[in-house]
Amino acid sequence: MTALRRHRRLAAIWASEPGWRGPFSTVNHSDLGRMFLVTAFCFFAIGGLLAMLIRAQLASPQAAFVDADTFSQFFTMHGTIMMFLFAIPAFEGLAIYLLPKMLGTRDLAFPRLTAYGYWCYVFGGGMLIFALLAGLAPQGGWFMYPPLTGPAFAPEINTDFWLIGVTFVEISALAAAVEICVSVLKYRAPGMRLTQMPVFAWYALVTALMILTGFPPLILASVLLELERALGLPFFTPGAGGDSLLWQHLFWMFGHPEVYIIFLPAAGVVSTVLPVMARTPLLGYGWVVGAAVALAFLSFGLWVHHMFTTGLPELGLALFSAASTLVALPTGVQVFAWIGTLWKGRPGLQLPMLYLLGFFGTFVIGGLTGVMVAIVPFDWQVHDTAFVTAHLHYVLFGGFVFPLLAGLYYWLPLFTGRRRFFRVGELACALIFIGFHVTFLAMHWVGLLGQRRRIPSIDADSGWTLINLISSVGGFVLAIGLAMVLVDVLLHALINTRARRNPWESDGLEWAMVTPAPPYNFASLPQVGSRHPLHANPALPLQLARGEGYLGEPREGRRETLLVQAGDGRPEALVVYPGNSRLPITLAAVTGAAFVGVLLKQWWLLALGLSGVVALAWHWAWPARAVAQDAQPVGGDTALPRSESLARPPGWWGSAFLLVADATFFAALLFGYAFLWTVAPNWPPPQWLAPSLPALGLGLGLGLAGAAGAAAGLRWAWRGGRLLSAAGLLALALAWLLLLRQAPAGSSHAYAGALLVLAGFALLHLGLAALMQLRLALAQRRGRLGAARAGALAIATLWTDFAAGVGALGLAVAYLPPLWQ
Amino acid sequence: MALAGCTGALSTLDPAGPAAAAIAELWWVMLGGAVLIFALVMVLLAGAFRQRPPPEADEARLLRVWVGGLGLAFTLTVLLALFAYGLWVGAQLKPAASAQVVQVQAEARRWSWRFRYADRPGYSSENLLHIPAGRPVDVAIRSADVVHSFWVPRLAGKLDATPGHVKVLRIEAAQPGRYAGQSAEFSGPGYLDHRFTVLAHDAAGWQAFLAGEGP
Ligand code: HEM
Ligand SMILES: [Cu+2]
Repeated sequence: MTALRRHRRLAAIWASEPGWRGPFSTVNHSDLGRMFLVTAFCFFAIGGLLAMLIRAQLASPQAAFVDADTFSQFFTMHGTIMMFLFAIPAFEGLAIYLLPKMLGTRDLAFPRLTAYGYWCYVFGGGMLIFALLAGLAPQGGWFMYPPLTGPAFAPEINTDFWLIGVTFVEISALAAAVEICVSVLKYRAPGMRLTQMPVFAWYALVTALMILTGFPPLILASVLLELERALGLPFFTPGAGGDSLLWQHLFWMFGHPEVYIIFLPAAGVVSTVLPVMARTPLLGYGWVVGAAVALAFLSFGLWVHHMFTTGLPELGLALFSAASTLVALPTGVQVFAWIGTLWKGRPGLQLPMLYLLGFFGTFVIGGLTGVMVAIVPFDWQVHDTAFVTAHLHYVLFGGFVFPLLAGLYYWLPLFTGRRRFFRVGELACALIFIGFHVTFLAMHWVGLLGQRRRIPSIDADSGWTLINLISSVGGFVLAIGLAMVLVDVLLHALINTRARRNPWESDGLEWAMVTPAPPYNFASLPQVGSRHPLHANPALPLQLARGEGYLGEPREGRRETLLVQAGDGRPEALVVYPGNSRLPITLAAVTGAAFVGVLLKQWWLLALGLSGVVALAWHWAWPARAVAQDAQPVGGDTALPRSESLARPPGWWGSAFLLVADATFFAALLFGYAFLWTVAPNWPPPQWLAPSLPALGLGLGLGLAGAAGAAAGLRWAWRGGRLLSAAGLLALALAWLLLLRQAPAGSSHAYAGALLVLAGFALLHLGLAALMQLRLALAQRRGRLGAARAGALAIATLWTDFAAGVGALGLAVAYLPPLWQ
Repeated sequence: MALAGCTGALSTLDPAGPAAAAIAELWWVMLGGAVLIFALVMVLLAGAFRQRPPPEADEARLLRVWVGGLGLAFTLTVLLALFAYGLWVGAQLKPAASAQVVQVQAEARRWSWRFRYADRPGYSSENLLHIPAGRPVDVAIRSADVVHSFWVPRLAGKLDATPGHVKVLRIEAAQPGRYAGQSAEFSGPGYLDHRFTVLAHDAAGWQAFLAGEGP
């Protein structure tokens, strides 16, 4: 087969549907990555527009053109859009597009999940934009502190739009995170060891793990606040044992890692692009990866630095202040490793490098002011002033937007196969840099002079007039610069000048393909034995195109790739992907219907949506046909089994990472419960869970027996074990129903509300485990499992163990503490 | 230390009390350090682009210099020094017990402040807090509705008024006079005008206030 014929056959297999239908049913990572990026940049434009409105309003004392309420919608939506609808999805899009190419494979682990995540993002983001256009946007600031956002002070639907829309979008972040974790660990080119991975993959892995552990606290907080708003469970109402501080803790447990979730991928771009610009490998690969991991760990111990002014005990302040200072250490290691790389090589001043210089000149200042606000007394003064707004933009704009633009220009030839003709990008870079610093240096200053953030206008006699005008002018220069980048990219799309393949002479596998990148990435999969595969073997692209690697023979119209061992990259199994499908967009729409049901308090719609989700998910996971046992040739003289027939199939890995998020959610719930118990006002509650010994014994007894039964049952025997396990799940569910019968009314006190949420969480997982077992039994009876039996059982066992664990632990947590009272 | 461009009724850089003064000094020290570090990084960055002989390829040495020396040792030293200094300033700001301390209460609601005085029971004032100059004052801060924050920038840092909690902030004005205060936690449409004034009396004025004379 010639290279061209191979290309045509593979392209036909991997192509999305022709015409307008394509985007709606595509599951290909290149398509979806591009769609993510384009959508994220659209939201960036909307967020930027809002920023311009904010700066126009504050340009001078007379400039105010909207009222206070509208202004609060502006800044709330600006922050929300930038954080949730631009920064995170832009990372997801970049990772989704690039990772399989960098890792030398053909797609991500779960293509339909990628598509589902994308549509959740679009629908959730759409809800927020609808609210903005309808004048119903949230107005509590991007961290939405209750009680200001609670039912008493914000009964309108605006707040619900935030809670529902953001949670919807977070589903997409979790989906992408699971996807990235499994893909980086299991979907690489044969032979690529973990230690040989491109450094961007390390950053993506660390970031994805942080999303899995960082987002659940916010989802929990949103659920609790929505429960308070919809059903009156008083989690944040001090009169009934709730506490605003609970929200603040949960929010910042998410909010601080969020900052690193945004910065780390950008650092990954720097670590990838900068060495290429300097024509030398990155200095201290291991140190840089270690620094990223250290940052991830440290960043979970910092959240309290957003609460230094809430009046915490002194020791707590000192500890969190120390941790917040220390976090600058790994950042310092990275920055100096990058500069050292430049010294090691011969850096040029190509356009991506210019944006990287912009990054250094901005981010370093953001880091320095970050260390300043980590010092508690100083934070007491500048907290909630324009100084902090300025600091956060130095970090987020400097640490994310500049590297993103560097990456954009660096990978543009890969996206389009073209090179730029006009040199608009250089001028744009200068304008963005100057505009940015004028805008935000001024805001530091005026913050020190006492200007609070989030005020809708400035007083003429405040002495801040000139500074604000300067800042606004800078803002508009910045906006012009950003608009010029857009023009540059559009011109680039219009004017067709072919780029060479690998124009930067990079060492990365993503350049070992024709440009623009074809949907299947590699005509055959490379064998990798080096961290710099393209430099180690410059002939690689040609060899792959000739089909000399793995899976060079397209067969039966199947989308195929290889699964490898996580550590050393030995090929382990053959993966056959599902093809184009409208299932993801349908499932996302039905999920959206359930969310709209909550938004409008139409409970029938919620019920309908949830049943739809269950039905579609069932359909999704139903095996199309039994998997054959025999090994299949994958090129050379290697033959491998199908991935479904492994003891730990991809679905097991996906489940495991999803459960990491789930367990974090549960841990956050336990934290909240304990926090209210110890800190919130108006405890103890008027009524405890009835401490009658028989009920307690029955509850705990049933619960523990159920948990043990469920966990042990599945492992024992194929048929009898399942029965035992189902009985265990049922016993646990009964114990929870018993508890619910005795619990005081949920709206009476935060304690009772917490019991309800615990019960809901446990019952949900018990039901989920039961459904999975049912599916397993039916699929088995219909003969749909074949060689996939052991793997399917392993997945069901994982979920059952988890359900049994949280079911039993939850019971103990509910029953035991009232005994001490 | 009042530089031109640093003054203003709400300026943290124009301190009029010991706490604000200590923090302003902290700021100037940190600013100096930050400027030096930033300049160093920029010089190092620029140095990479100068004309020079083919760079050395001794990875181990480069790692020692850039990661070990600059990345770890230099960064850690700066951070430790700064953190110790921050702790020291924090310790200075710690409210010391003293018979001199005046007790007042501040209750925030949307959008006003009500102040009560331990030494003048039954009396309360709205949006005007009376204190004696030159004596430490403990303000017990609470909220009647949403989260607010008590902040008199020229006197001290801020402390939140969280519903259901009472927290105490120490303030002190060195000289008699009027000091502007504002709430510094967004609280809805009236947030801009959620302000108050601190009126620091001289000794005689304070006695007159306690005796129920004047405003
Ligand atoms: C395009 C250039 C940008 C400009 C000119 C700009 C301007 C502003 C201004 C003036 C405020 C303060 C509103 C106030 O409190 O008075 C603000 C708030 C904020 N900005 Fe930006 N911004 C830009 C880009 C970004 C980016 C890229 C991000 C994040 C990735 C971001 C995140 C935020 C957040 C989180 C807030 C706080 C919102 C709140 O207080 O609830 N901004 N921005
Ligand atoms: Cu933080």
